[in-house]
Amino acid sequence: MNWLETVRAGLEAVRAHRMRSILTMLGIVIGIASVILTVGFGQGAQQEVQDEIDALGSNLLIVSPGSSTDSGGVRGGFGSATTLTLDDASAIADERVVPDAERVAATTSTSAAVSAGTTNWTTSVVGTTPSWLGVRTRELDSGRFFTQAELEQGADVVVLGPDTATELFAVGNPVGQTVSISGRQLTVIGVLDSSGASSTGTSEDDQAVVPISTAKSLTGSTNSSVSTIYVEATSVETLSAAYQEVQSLLLTRHGVTATDADFSIATQDSLVETANSTNETLTVLLTGVAAISLLVGGVGVMNIMLVSVTERIREIGLRKALGATPRVIGRQFLVEASMLGLAGGVAGVLVGVVGAWVLPAVIDQPVTLSALATGAALATSLALGLGFGVYPASRAARLTPIDALRSE
Amino acid sequence: MIIELDGIRKTYRSGSIEFEALCGIDVGIDEGEFVAVVGPSGSGKSTLMNILGCLDNPTEGSYLLAGEDVSAMSETQLAEVRNKQIGFVFQQFNLLSSLPAWRNVELPLIYAGVPRAERRERAVRALERVGLGDRVDNRPGELSGGQQQRVAVARALVTEPAMILADEPTGNLDSRSTADVLGLLDELHTAGRTIVLITHEHDVAARAGRRLTISDGRVSA
Repeated sequence: MNWLETVRAGLEAVRAHRMRSILTMLGIVIGIASVILTVGFGQGAQQEVQDEIDALGSNLLIVSPGSSTDSGGVRGGFGSATTLTLDDASAIADERVVPDAERVAATTSTSAAVSAGTTNWTTSVVGTTPSWLGVRTRELDSGRFFTQAELEQGADVVVLGPDTATELFAVGNPVGQTVSISGRQLTVIGVLDSSGASSTGTSEDDQAVVPISTAKSLTGSTNSSVSTIYVEATSVETLSAAYQEVQSLLLTRHGVTATDADFSIATQDSLVETANSTNETLTVLLTGVAAISLLVGGVGVMNIMLVSVTERIREIGLRKALGATPRVIGRQFLVEASMLGLAGGVAGVLVGVVGAWVLPAVIDQPVTLSALATGAALATSLALGLGFGVYPASRAARLTPIDALRSE
Repeated sequence: MIIELDGIRKTYRSGSIEFEALCGIDVGIDEGEFVAVVGPSGSGKSTLMNILGCLDNPTEGSYLLAGEDVSAMSETQLAEVRNKQIGFVFQQFNLLSSLPAWRNVELPLIYAGVPRAERRERAVRALERVGLGDRVDNRPGELSGGQQQRVAVARALVTEPAMILADEPTGNLDSRSTADVLGLLDELHTAGRTIVLITHEHDVAARAGRRLTISDGRVSA
């Protein structure tokens, strides 16, 4: 009996017990679909983070206060300390000290209510310098950004993110209008273009940018600490030189050594790495759960195949009496089990593809289908059928024809 | 001689208890003979039929089937011998209910590796031989008991085996179907087939040219 005959006989057996076959496959279908979707979610999230960080610009250094490698537990967490100051920013801007820095922008950030007429909107109020626009590679949709002069006099001007502008001014051009932040009237002089990177409502498109001097007086803050200093290197090639220069400058200024630095410098690459490692952990965890469900599906196949061997014991006896060798009988059951597994896998891939197409519309989370994961899922389903078919098949093969024929 | 049994013994062991089902059977059957094996239940009749049918190995003795010693063959080798040399007809018909008549008849040919087109042709011819040329595509459920047994006989014939081994072929049939099936076996005998019929009914055994009576694991007459 050749393979073609065996496959044909297997198909007939699967079709003869249609309902049972479908229920058996269901376990595999669910397992494969969830593996494909969880891997898809993971990759989608990674892609999203990648896009966001790409939008920062590849020759950007991000200097934050506090140290992420703090072991003493004294200095507070990453980003929460107040060790960076405006003076640090202007020192970095000094061409003689940090020759590889093109532009520097220090920022502060607080959350505040912004109102226009009767409309209120809580957003993040970013205080910064005129260089921010170029350093963050942002464009203006309308109006203009604030000037060095406006920075120095702490002028009452604000540039709105596109989402913020839409929230506050549903109709009409916001430029020239007045908004109120913490009771102070500020004139809208410009609206930013969308950053394009973020589809999930992070703050890139929802913020109010003001001169840093204005931001200080809005919050009533008297110190000169800043939350982030963005440093743009002259090119991608000089990025690591700029990194060294900024680091040694700040270490000297703060009188600390590299091991107990009270600041940290991140590059785009390091941010991507950090974000991905978090994502990967989650993806691996979820994929593990999905894989377990796949395993349960495989056990289901074995269970049904064992039932099938018992149920068809007379048929097995007859086939053996008519000349089927143990090997042929074993192969027939093995092929049947693999077909259940593979058919479940194909159906699972279909469910996964449809899910990847439908789900993002429902839960606002991108799903990236990977050909590799899909192929691996199919191979796994076939392997599951084969693996879990071995025991039932060997049971069928070992039955003696007399016992099998005699059973009722 | 197509079948030669020489000193066949079969001992069953269950724990420390030994039971000798066959204690020295010497039988020869010529080609074209119609032999009935009769005996009460417990006589060793079924054990003999299992050994004749190459479904089981004897504990001792030799069995030559069409000139080949099959008494010590492995299960895989026996499967091949059954496929080529023996056509089984069972009391329970043992047809696969999901397959039409011709697909039941072609089963032994699948295991013999006969190509598909030839299988269909030979299966149809075997069904015509047993008078069911018009029932080729019917499933067993659509056939009477007598017709089902005819399909089983067609399946036994299709490989042109050395011997047709019928185990109580009329045990599940009414008297009319019984006459029908026995008539068919007579016909096959007349056409030169070797037939071994196992039965406990004497009027069925009377059809055969020779009768072997088994009692207490021996041939008694």
